[in-house]
Amino acid sequence: MKRAILLAAASGIALTGAAHAEDSITVVSWGGAYTKSQVEAYHKPWMAKTGGKIISEDYNGGLAEVKAQVEAGNVTWDIVDVELSDAIRGCDEGLLEEIDHSMLPDAPDGTPAEEDFISLALHDCAVANIVWSTIFAYDGSKYTAFDRPRSMADFFNTKKFPGKRGLRKSPKANLEMALVADGVAAADVYDVLSTAEGVDRAFAKLDEIKDSVVWWESGAQPPQLLADGEVKMTTAYNGRIFNAMASEGKPFEIVWDGQVFDVDLWVIPKGAPNKEAAMDFLAFSTDTQRLADQAAWISYGPARKSSAPLVGAYNSDPDLEMGPHMPTAPANFMNAIANGFEFWADNQDELNERFNAWLAS
Amino acid sequence: MTDASYQVDAVHRTQTDASGLLLAADGTPLKKKLREALKVSRRRAFLLVAPLLLFIMASFVIPILLLLAQGVKDSTFSSIMPESTAILSEWDAKSDPSEEMAAALVADLISAKATDRSLATKVGTRVNREVSGAISLFKKTTRKASKMEAPFLDALHATDKKWKDPAYWKAMKIASQTITPAYYAAAVDKKYLADGSFVDQPEDRQIYVKLFVKTILVAGGVMLCCILLGFPVAYLLAHLPARKANLLMILVLLPFWTSLLVRTTAWIAMLQSAGVLNDIFVWVGITTDDQRFSLIYNMTGTIIAMTHILLPFMILPIYSVMKAIPPSHVRAAKSLGATNWTAFWRVYFPATVPGIGAGGLLVFILAIGYYITPALVGGQDGQLISNFIAYHMQKSLNWSLAAALGGILLVLVLILYWLYDRIVGIDNMKLG
Repeated sequence: MKRAILLAAASGIALTGAAHAEDSITVVSWGGAYTKSQVEAYHKPWMAKTGGKIISEDYNGGLAEVKAQVEAGNVTWDIVDVELSDAIRGCDEGLLEEIDHSMLPDAPDGTPAEEDFISLALHDCAVANIVWSTIFAYDGSKYTAFDRPRSMADFFNTKKFPGKRGLRKSPKANLEMALVADGVAAADVYDVLSTAEGVDRAFAKLDEIKDSVVWWESGAQPPQLLADGEVKMTTAYNGRIFNAMASEGKPFEIVWDGQVFDVDLWVIPKGAPNKEAAMDFLAFSTDTQRLADQAAWISYGPARKSSAPLVGAYNSDPDLEMGPHMPTAPANFMNAIANGFEFWADNQDELNERFNAWLAS
Repeated sequence: MTDASYQVDAVHRTQTDASGLLLAADGTPLKKKLREALKVSRRRAFLLVAPLLLFIMASFVIPILLLLAQGVKDSTFSSIMPESTAILSEWDAKSDPSEEMAAALVADLISAKATDRSLATKVGTRVNREVSGAISLFKKTTRKASKMEAPFLDALHATDKKWKDPAYWKAMKIASQTITPAYYAAAVDKKYLADGSFVDQPEDRQIYVKLFVKTILVAGGVMLCCILLGFPVAYLLAHLPARKANLLMILVLLPFWTSLLVRTTAWIAMLQSAGVLNDIFVWVGITTDDQRFSLIYNMTGTIIAMTHILLPFMILPIYSVMKAIPPSHVRAAKSLGATNWTAFWRVYFPATVPGIGAGGLLVFILAIGYYITPALVGGQDGQLISNFIAYHMQKSLNWSLAAALGGILLVLVLILYWLYDRIVGIDNMKLG
């Protein structure tokens, strides 16, 4: 009996040892439909190719966990999907590994990676995989064909379109959208927002709808709020709304006017336990084919120019072309704002404080 | 033997020394002997609790103290920028920035960049908490620092005109202080200035004082609701026949054992505008379909859910106290002519006060630091101070401000505890 236990213990040790010998990495992303698109397009092919294992974890954005892990010297995450402003800030604060861009594969036609990626995509510590966008959406079945919201101004007009609004509980994107609704051209938004009067103007616009706002925090909430009828319109990440439409048949409609687009990027926390494998995964998952594959699962645009022609139809519906649903499609891009990460790096302390005070008052 | 002779005998048997101190049989003073005997048992008791004490110190007290220290100590700037720190401490924050200050700044930035390129931005991030725009300013300046030549003040002005603004220099002076009241000041809506004085934050950025008040009011409100709802339940529990009382007890304990998250989420399903309660209201005709009540994602939701979750902490202490009140007291009161009400109010109720006190204190202190429930069902106006502590820990990464807010909350709880001790008396509390 004793021997059997010993044997079991020994084989247990051998098993865990074996698992460590292979490349096993922890990939952290935003959960829901988005993580699923990455699992299908990146994780599974990478595991098939290298024989490594991927542990997929969800989080809600922000640098807090990365900072806590790095500062405690106990890093368990190998690679994390972050927003642009966090990638820049994390790099500046020394929380992230630097990434050598020369290890990224070239496009199939031989264009070097440095040129193939869109602007905004490559940074010292981060490589972008997708372009996503904050848009607003409504439930099409609640409005008649003639009388439905068409512009950002309609979102802020509760007289013409009564009912609750969903907004992300953060000043980011909200202040920009408020200014667009107030008549500022997308290209001038950050110039206006850089002045004290501009900030007052944005908050004044938000004041108009404050009493009808339901605040959301995680990306999975807005489609749920819409489906439950808790709100009439909500801002959301475009891919989440698209997936509710495409895979669950919800009658949602996206309004692209005043969209705030941004990139999501892979970063590697400083001192990641499996840095080599994480780097390999990073290079693999951002090659031309993988980025194009991901677009079949969620309507986020690939961060490489060479991926665009390869983007096909939705995975479960060959008639549903993904191209027109991308934030970067020309028709959607008419009045788009590029997230001003430098503006937010400088002003987020002050604007977050003001936003919180405004919320609580 | 008479009483008197007995006393005389007793005096004879205990010895006394010259000064009248009692002595033991071997001649040492009795007090000393007693102290020695107690010392042994005290040491044994201490050894018995030592492992727990060590564990609590290492895992609880020391981390808390370290975190609290972060609220007043911030060495980011002073450790990376030693020369600037020395010069800034002598600057009066009124005269124009001098050439020496500029030279020290450039020298510090060059040496910081040589060590690790992230250091200069760390400094920028710290200064940015005092004045917006410092992050990009420090990045830009660090990039060009190694090419700068004297006079450095002009070189800085040429790099970015922000350096002409004394606000950035003053912010650096504040950031350069290792021990700083800036965070505690921010935690009570004040701003610490470079000349050492404090001013109110602008109106549109004041938030924390209101939140502390709101948190105390909510905790007090939840405590009152718990007393009002919990007292009758505890009374029933203590006075029903055992079989029925046991069933009722299970109904109290089941939610107590259920995960907090599950209970909070259940309230969301109950209270949301398309939820069960609103459906019933519409069906009964209390309200119409497009005018459903907002019962959740606001203060109402927070108070309802918190009251429900904290109710067992009120019921159980009151119940255990009621169980110990002899029924004969009320019967005696009635036999002496008291009405039902008088017997209850003058005899029974005063005996339950220790239980109400214990439950009240427990609920209040739990409620004042409540976090998950307000975060989930609080919406915009149902957020409490603990939500902002979490916000600064997780989102803004301003741990120093979180520590300052936490420190104030801790002091508030201690003050309330002291008040409670003065008014009700802590010995009067009975937990079971």
